[in-house]
Amino acid sequence: MSIDFQNFTPYASLIGGVMIGLAALLLMLAHGRVMGVSGILGGIVMPSGKSDIGWRILFVIGMLAGPFAVIHLLDRPVDIMPAASGMILPVAGFIVGLGTAIGSGCTSGHGICGLARLSPRSLVAVGAFMATGIATVFLVRHVM
Amino acid sequence: MMRHISIILIGALFGAGLALSGMLNPSKVAGFLDLFGTWDPSLAFVMGGGVVANFIGHRIVMRRPGPVFASGTAGFRIPVNNAIDSKLVIGSALFGIGWGLGGLCPGPAISSLLLAPGDAVLFVLMMLAGLAVGRMLTSGPAATPAAQA
Repeated sequence: MSIDFQNFTPYASLIGGVMIGLAALLLMLAHGRVMGVSGILGGIVMPSGKSDIGWRILFVIGMLAGPFAVIHLLDRPVDIMPAASGMILPVAGFIVGLGTAIGSGCTSGHGICGLARLSPRSLVAVGAFMATGIATVFLVRHVM
Repeated sequence: MMRHISIILIGALFGAGLALSGMLNPSKVAGFLDLFGTWDPSLAFVMGGGVVANFIGHRIVMRRPGPVFASGTAGFRIPVNNAIDSKLVIGSALFGIGWGLGGLCPGPAISSLLLAPGDAVLFVLMMLAGLAVGRMLTSGPAATPAAQA
């Protein structure tokens, strides 16, 4: 292992991470909801009641707008370089949706929110998706 | 009205944090997961900053009787499911495979929709399909939202 210092962005990543943590905190403080994106989206795809959809759609609208605040207010470019191409991307998308529905959470719900609550369940989930994520990138980049 | 605006603003803070942190960049995510290659540790700072900020604040917020915009009798909706079962492990393990393959998890996939529509739209559509199938396979459409983190 060697450190990729060329792409290392400790300050921007730490500040961005704190903003993500504050958003999770504010959603709990203001609305009593866990900021788990797979759960929020799941409730749009398979609603459990009419009154439960509105806040989810508003949250997604905010999520779509947020990056433009970074580009136009902070005057910072937001780099997006794909890691996969062709059929791999839609297959990956399906697996992400399926896995987070079965495992009841993703990087935000289990990672940012569950770990902050010291939930053993979320710690197991984070360990599992980090392990298979690292294994998958190892296979794709160094074996195949 | 304030209730609705606050949800949009919190979503925007989240999306801005994702963008600033580098999480919207699939190749940077893959660089973080590439522990055995040239490793970019940046995203450990995202997770660390997010968890620590939320950890400290959560303790203070939980002293309140309920959320600011309380709807009905619902208080803080903290997941009640404590079971560490095969569903949790298998689902999370599957998610990690998809995350490693595409370099996108659900939040960044949504927040990059308008910036890189070509790549993100198909990913998000298939992700929503996967979410629907996963919910049907597990608890069905009547799944309690509180249990879905």
